[in-house]
Amino acid sequence: MTGKDVAGIIYSSNYDSYLTELTAVRTMGSVPFGGRYRLVDFVLSGLVNFGVSKVAVAMSNNYRSLMDHIGNGRPWDLARKREGLFLLPPYNLTGVGSYGSKMAMLRGAEDFLNHTQEEYILVTDCNVVCNLDVGKMAAFHAEKGADITLAYGHGTLPALSDLAVLTLDGSAQVTDMEIAPKDQTEGVWAANIMLLKKSLLLRLIHDASAHGWKNFDRDVLMPGLGSLKICGYPIPGFCGVIDSLQSYYDLNISLLDKGERDALFTADRPVFTRVRDDMPTVYGVGSSVKNSLIADGCVIDGTVENSVLSRGVRVEKGAVVKNCVLMQETFISSGAAANCVITDKNVVLRPGKTLSGAENYPLFIGKGKVI
Amino acid sequence: MARKKECIAMLLAGGQGSRLGILTHKIAKPAVPFGGKYRIIDFPLSNCVNSGIDTVGVLTQYQPLELNDYIGNGQPWDLDRADGGVHVLSPYQQIEGTEWYKGTANAIYQNINFIDRYSPEYVAILSGDHIYKMDYAKMLDFHKKNKAACTIAMLEVPWDEASRFGLMFTDPDGRITAFEEKPKNPKSNKASMGVYIFTWSKLRKYLIADEENPSSSNDFGKDVIPAMHAAEERLFAYPFDGYWKDVGTIDSLWEANLDMLNPKANLDLGDASWRIYGKNTALPPQYISDSAKVENSMVSAGCEISGEVDYSVLFSNVTVEEGAVVKYSIVMPGTVIKSGAVVQYAMLAENVTVEPGAVIGEAPEKTENLDAWGVAVIGGGVTVGKNASVAPKIMCDNDVAEGEKI
Repeated sequence: MTGKDVAGIIYSSNYDSYLTELTAVRTMGSVPFGGRYRLVDFVLSGLVNFGVSKVAVAMSNNYRSLMDHIGNGRPWDLARKREGLFLLPPYNLTGVGSYGSKMAMLRGAEDFLNHTQEEYILVTDCNVVCNLDVGKMAAFHAEKGADITLAYGHGTLPALSDLAVLTLDGSAQVTDMEIAPKDQTEGVWAANIMLLKKSLLLRLIHDASAHGWKNFDRDVLMPGLGSLKICGYPIPGFCGVIDSLQSYYDLNISLLDKGERDALFTADRPVFTRVRDDMPTVYGVGSSVKNSLIADGCVIDGTVENSVLSRGVRVEKGAVVKNCVLMQETFISSGAAANCVITDKNVVLRPGKTLSGAENYPLFIGKGKVI
Repeated sequence: MARKKECIAMLLAGGQGSRLGILTHKIAKPAVPFGGKYRIIDFPLSNCVNSGIDTVGVLTQYQPLELNDYIGNGQPWDLDRADGGVHVLSPYQQIEGTEWYKGTANAIYQNINFIDRYSPEYVAILSGDHIYKMDYAKMLDFHKKNKAACTIAMLEVPWDEASRFGLMFTDPDGRITAFEEKPKNPKSNKASMGVYIFTWSKLRKYLIADEENPSSSNDFGKDVIPAMHAAEERLFAYPFDGYWKDVGTIDSLWEANLDMLNPKANLDLGDASWRIYGKNTALPPQYISDSAKVENSMVSAGCEISGEVDYSVLFSNVTVEEGAVVKYSIVMPGTVIKSGAVVQYAMLAENVTVEPGAVIGEAPEKTENLDAWGVAVIGGGVTVGKNASVAPKIMCDNDVAEGEKI
């Protein structure tokens, strides 16, 4: 299997409700992450780094910022005459309406699938941050002779109400699947990344549609464990899931660790994103920056510690920023201080104002707010 | 036939840039990295698109591979147009034989057919080795208002530097009355910036005449403009008062990079209304560690800084290890400066490795013989060995062995 044999379907809106602060104005795929990215960048880049040249992005709510971000797909080299990027906003032709679930999204993508020549489909969500080597996952799929391969993370279970927790046998075959078991805190959890043949996917969609099944994991995969060979592929390296504002904050801050950073940003699988044409970041006389991840286009004259700064952030002289995640164009005025704060785009902290959250309770400031 | 354009630009990018030494051994001068993430040619190309000029011919000749590759289809500058856009124009074979571009005027002459396709009223002739932000639309308005045959952008330079430039004398209306080419004792400080707008019908005529003149060196400054002046064509000087620098030498390239750090230099790259565009890299944000001390510097994506950086410009993917010091220096992409190394008053090209304890360059105030002082330059891919040292003004294109002093 090469990239030419695979098409991707990315779904952006399934988990918006877990990050209501940030998804009030956008969908999960366009949530900013890591100083310069949007969450969709990671899965999109994973696909194109394997040579996939046909990707559909399905979206359901609040998708304007996502469409704005993806545009014609050029940053991912998906602005093609043949194949390339397909945007699948909801439509009402088949009564699907707004996609309430993965199942509805897949039904909405039927047309796309019918017009796809590629033999395999990778279906993925946007709420897991990883630099997926799709080639390795494809090789695993072939080696196991699997019908379906589910990528998984392991460790503390994310707090998602539809989380599929997997039990694997010695040959990585999924033998049991439970949805958000109440008594379990650790384990192997499906990362909502699934590889399978297009023909199988279409069959499963038709089956589900005929039976009126609403939930893909519960109604399709679980009963299929007996008849289909479903295998689990462990995501190596960085693998974080966003299930709350806290995990969003923690995952951003975790990038200050070189090991974590190197695991997510590998030289052979670059993460592409929309170009902004910022100048390099300017550090002024008397600025002090420690242990921080800083995107291009910032101007820093104050103090920044243990923080992640997105493109175009200004930190004036005498301002102090500690343990913060600041999004694009945040402006911290002179004499202001922020600690354990997440700012959305275009937030202004006026001179002398102080904001403080706690490491286990970061304070969120909404888009464009002036404090 | 393409759609008619009011004004198109021709960008002279074929010069070797020999005074930049090892920095232009393998690439043309306009492709030399500048300002932390740009290349020199990004400035005139961005000026064009910001000024509303959407058709640009780039004349290349010397080492064009990297430059052609960089320009590509012009998308980074929004110059990938169905109608117009950027075109790389290299010398080509003709029935009468092949001819290199003999001079700046000849380069345009050989591309008369290209220009005629767009039947423009005006043609801007630009240079690929200047750093400046300029609205050519304003200059064009000036040109049209004056019904000029040629308008030359003019900058008032300090009198003590005037002798390095082609100088102009003007009447109160701005009409050029006389020229003086790099005089020993300048009587004017109005320098030509090497930015011209011509009325195409006029220029076309003079280019053909110039080509027929066997004694001509086929140069705009030396031949075409003097010929127009002699024929009493209307030549005007368009006053410009922003930042402008010819980065044709190591010193001026180094200075222009550091000028970006000087708010008084009037070269604001953060101005959203006049962005400088360039090809972007897919690199993660820069990381500044606990042990780092970064001040008064520009740093780009992908850098990992654990040492001391002061008054310097760092391009993408540069590593400065803990205990290393970088001062008054320009460090191009992918270079690694290891712990305990000191880099000062230097320019390091791409993918240089500076091993621990190596010392490159020296502060001018510590030099006994100031005449022998200059910026040290390390060529692309060079490794400077452990505890080696490179003296000021050296241009080093070969590896330096451990402990060696050059």
